[in-house]
Amino acid sequence: MEHLSISDPPPQGTGGGGGAPPATLGRPPQQPQQLPAQMFTTAAQLLDLTDKKLMVALRDGRKLVGILRSWDQFANLVLQSTKERIFVPPGSGPNGRGLYADVDQGIFLVRGENVLLLGEIDLDKDDDAPPGYDLADIDLVQSLAKQKKGEDKLKEKSKVKKLSTLGFEGENLGEVLL
Amino acid sequence: MLFFSFFKTLIDHEVTVELKNDIQIRGVLKSVDQYLNIKLENISVVEEIKYPHMSAVKNVFIRGSVVRYVHLPASAVDIPLLEDATRREAANQAGKAK
Repeated sequence: MEHLSISDPPPQGTGGGGGAPPATLGRPPQQPQQLPAQMFTTAAQLLDLTDKKLMVALRDGRKLVGILRSWDQFANLVLQSTKERIFVPPGSGPNGRGLYADVDQGIFLVRGENVLLLGEIDLDKDDDAPPGYDLADIDLVQSLAKQKKGEDKLKEKSKVKKLSTLGFEGENLGEVLL
Repeated sequence: MLFFSFFKTLIDHEVTVELKNDIQIRGVLKSVDQYLNIKLENISVVEEIKYPHMSAVKNVFIRGSVVRYVHLPASAVDIPLLEDATRREAANQAGKAK
């Protein structure tokens, strides 16, 4: 595997572009027309998810729900009809149950490094609210979520500070991952 | 490459993947690639109430860089084989370094 290089000829007969396309659109001509063999595994996993409704969890804690329309070998993604789903955990809401709301965001291009995980949504379960959570007004959820995020940030900050006086460094220092 | 090959032998076994944000996802390992990105099917999330966004999700693709641990079924690991492969890999590396 390690003897392959980016300039190796692509494997014959593997789908994708196929054949030798003439002058590719806006791409420098010296690029290989197909991905080299060693990149195909990541791509193959994403191929199954194309045109499906996905939940994408990002590094900053955001959850996006949308339809995967395009991607590349870095897992850069294009999502269509994206909604950002905001959650407020149980306890901070009015009746002790959790709240959530969807905010329409349209088309999203996500840089691969910001992706934590991609979840394929089971359309049978998609219509039900998550157990313990109720759909609520967007403005209410947004303000509660903002408040919660501020509290969490302060908590994390003081934790990191305490740990660093003891000589520890967190693996996600200063960044709240959820 | 050793771990890539090792994970390939675990395909179709049930594993629990623990991410750096503490979420634990149990599911059947379906695929793994050279970055140790992992694809799980029929997942269930430990402490589901804390992670409501996963409730409607059945299959996940997890970026390798966010994985902290993969909990393996002991019965699925052939220890002598793994030891062997480790020594061979180490010998290989030593050979290459010369």
